[in-house]
Amino acid sequence: MTTMSVAPASEGQQVAGPVLWARNLVKHFPVRSKGIVKRRIGEVHAVCDVSLDLNAHETLGLVGESGCGKSTTARLLLNLIPVTSGAVHYQNRNLSSLSHTQMRPIRRDLQIVFQDPFASLDPRMTVFEIIAEPLRIHGLFGGGGRQKVRDLLQIVGLNPEHGNRYPHEFSGGQRQRIGVARALALRPKVMVLDEPVSALDVSIQAGVINLLEELQEELGLSYLFVSHDLSVVRHVADRVAVMYLGRIVEIASVEELFTAAAHPYTQSLISAIPLPDPHKERSRERIVLIGDVPSPINPPSGCRFRTRCPKFASDLSEVEQRRCVEEIPALIDRGQGHESACHYAEARELIPVATLTPPSGLNP
Amino acid sequence: MTTTDQPDRPDLAVTADSGGSQQDADVVLSVENLSVGFPTDDGLVKAVRGVSYQVRRGEALGIVGESGSGKSVTSLAVMGLLPQTAKITGSAKVVGKEMIGLTDDELSKIRGKRVAMIFQDPLTSLNPVHNVGKQLGEAVQAHNDVSDGQALKRAIELLDLVGIPFPEQRVHAYPHELSGGMRQRVVIAIAMANNPDVMIADEPTTALDVTVQAQVLGALETARRETGAALVLITHDLGVIAGQVERVNVMYAGKLVESGTVDEIYYSPRMPYTLGLLGSLPRLDAARDTRLTPILGTPPSLLNLPPGCPFAPRCPMAEQLCRDEEPELLPVAGGQHAAACHFSSRLEGAEAGDLFKPTTVDAEALAELEEQR
Repeated sequence: MTTMSVAPASEGQQVAGPVLWARNLVKHFPVRSKGIVKRRIGEVHAVCDVSLDLNAHETLGLVGESGCGKSTTARLLLNLIPVTSGAVHYQNRNLSSLSHTQMRPIRRDLQIVFQDPFASLDPRMTVFEIIAEPLRIHGLFGGGGRQKVRDLLQIVGLNPEHGNRYPHEFSGGQRQRIGVARALALRPKVMVLDEPVSALDVSIQAGVINLLEELQEELGLSYLFVSHDLSVVRHVADRVAVMYLGRIVEIASVEELFTAAAHPYTQSLISAIPLPDPHKERSRERIVLIGDVPSPINPPSGCRFRTRCPKFASDLSEVEQRRCVEEIPALIDRGQGHESACHYAEARELIPVATLTPPSGLNP
Repeated sequence: MTTTDQPDRPDLAVTADSGGSQQDADVVLSVENLSVGFPTDDGLVKAVRGVSYQVRRGEALGIVGESGSGKSVTSLAVMGLLPQTAKITGSAKVVGKEMIGLTDDELSKIRGKRVAMIFQDPLTSLNPVHNVGKQLGEAVQAHNDVSDGQALKRAIELLDLVGIPFPEQRVHAYPHELSGGMRQRVVIAIAMANNPDVMIADEPTTALDVTVQAQVLGALETARRETGAALVLITHDLGVIAGQVERVNVMYAGKLVESGTVDEIYYSPRMPYTLGLLGSLPRLDAARDTRLTPILGTPPSLLNLPPGCPFAPRCPMAEQLCRDEEPELLPVAGGQHAAACHFSSRLEGAEAGDLFKPTTVDAEALAELEEQR
C-alpha cells in the first residue's frame, strides 16, 4: 500500500500508505441494571477487533445489517466516540491519544454525512447558517465566507438563492445535499457517509449517488461508505468490508466480492438482495438463513455466524463444527485472493453477472 | 358474486384487470374509480384520483410507487381504515361486497375473514401486552366458534407454517421478545389465520434487514400457498416486486400510470416515469460503471395539481399536450398492458438512458436560478 496521493484540495501533502487506518478497534457499551443503583450487568460488544485501511481517493464500503457495528465503527474512525481499546491513525497521528483541542484542527479533514436528512439539520437554522457553521467554528468564515457558502450550495446542485430558507422547506433529497455541502465546507480529505441515501426515494437516490461520485473525482476525497444496501455499495465502492456482529467477516475488492464471495454470510447477503429483473429474480439460487441475529450482549463463541450458518448446519462434520465453536476464524486470505474469516471459506458466484442486461427496455 | 360495471365505451379508459366479464366470478377485489381526498387547512389534498383495478382469486398484484403516490391510501380505503374526515368516492368491493360506506361493525365481519392486512411496522400491529398466542387465538376466535384450546393449537400450527422455530414455546412470547423479522411473520400468521380471500401487504419488509426480508417473503409465499389468497403487495422496492407478483400497477401522484404483467413493466415499460424509475436503480447484475439516471425534481403537491399529466414537470419528453391534458390509462400495443402517456408508443424499445441523463444537479433549483438571471 504505497499510494502516493496528491488530492487537488490539499496543500500538496503526499502521504504514503493509507490515509486513515484502524487497528484492533474494540468498543463495548455498558448495559446497566434498572433501579436506583445502576450496576453494570453486561456489555454490548458492538465492535470487536476491527482493523481497516482507507486509502486516498478510494471508496471503502462498509456493509452489514442492523446491529453489526458498522455505524459504531464509522464513528470510532472519526474519533466521535472513544474506543474501548485499539487505535485509529490519521496521517501517522494516533487520534485516540489526542485531547479535544488537539483533535479540533484534524476534524477539518474528517467529516461525516448522516443518514437522516430530517434529523441531521437544525430546524431552527437557515440553510446558509447550517453550512456556514463549520466555517465559523474553525474561524474560516471571515474574508469570503459568504461566497464560500454560496459556492457550496451550487456544487451540490442547489440554488444559492435558497440559502435563507429553512430545512423543512426542502425535500429529503435536497436536505441530504445540504448535509453534503456542510461536510464539504472545510475541504475535508476523508468523508464518512453513514447510509447517505437510505432514507431517500429510489429515483432521488440516484442523483445523490451521482453527486457523491462526481465530488470524489473532482475533489480527490476518500469515502467510507457505510450502508446495508449492497446494490448501492457495489455501484460506488472500490473495496468492501462486510461486518457481522461486530467483526469483519470478509474484505475484498468490489469485483471480487460480488463474483467470488467466500464467506457464507456474504454469500447469503448477496443472494438475499432482490434483483429488479423478473426472470433472473425467479431463477436465482437462494441461500436463506435460519433464525435471527444473536444478541451482541452475549455473542456466540468462536465464529459468531455459526448459529445461522448454512454451511455449519449442513456441510460440516462434527470435528469441523467444533473448530467453528472453539476457534475465532482469523481474517486472512484462504486462497481466494482476498481476506475472509471462515475456516472453510469457498468462493461462490451468486449473481448472473455474465448476462449484462441493460437496466430496462430490452426484451430478454 | 360481483358484477363489474363495464364502462359505456370500452375502447376508452381501461381498468387494470386481466380478463373480461366472463371471469367476474373470480374477482376477489374490485376497485372502481376510487378517489380519496383529505381536507386540510390549505385545501383538499387529493391523495387518490380515480384508481381502478381488479384482483383475481390466487393472483398476486404489485403496486409500486414512491412517497406520495397514493399506494397506501388506496388499500387503507379498501380496508375502511381511513380517518372519518377523509372524503372517499368510488367503489371498493371485496368478494362482491362494497366496503366504502360500511359501519365499523359491518367492516369487522369482513376484515380478518375476507381481507387481511399486513402493515410495515409489526411493533404497532401487535398488541404489546398480550402474548403472541393470545393475539393469534383472538384472530381465529373472532371469526370461528372454537374453544381457547383449539385456538391455541391453531396458533401453534400457524407459527410453524410461517417458519418460526420452536412454535410451542414461542406461542407464549410477547412481541417485544421477538425480533423484527419474527414479529412480521407473526403478523403474517394472523393475516392467514382465517384463510382470507385477499391479503394486502403494505411495505411488509421495508423496515427489515435484507436477510430477514428473504425469510419474511418466504413466509408470505407460504401464506398464499396455504390459503389460496390473492395478494396485493404494496412497495417501492422494485426488486421485491420482480420476484413476488404476476402483475404490476405503477402509481404516481394518486393515479395509475402504468399497468401490466411483471415482464411487460420491467422489460418494456411505456410510461416515462416507469422507465426512469427502472433506470435510477443501481443493480447487482449491471456493469459497475453503468451511470445511474435519476429522475430530476420531486413529485407534485397533491394540493394544487397543475392541469395535465402530473409527471410532465419531470418528464424529458413532455410537450404542450402533456401540460394541457392529463392522459388516460390506455392499452399499448393491444393486450392488457396499459400506460397513461400521450406518447407511450415512442417508448417502444427504449432504455432509461435514451430519455434520462445521468446528471447530478437538482434541475428544479438550477432552472429557478436560470429564470432569475
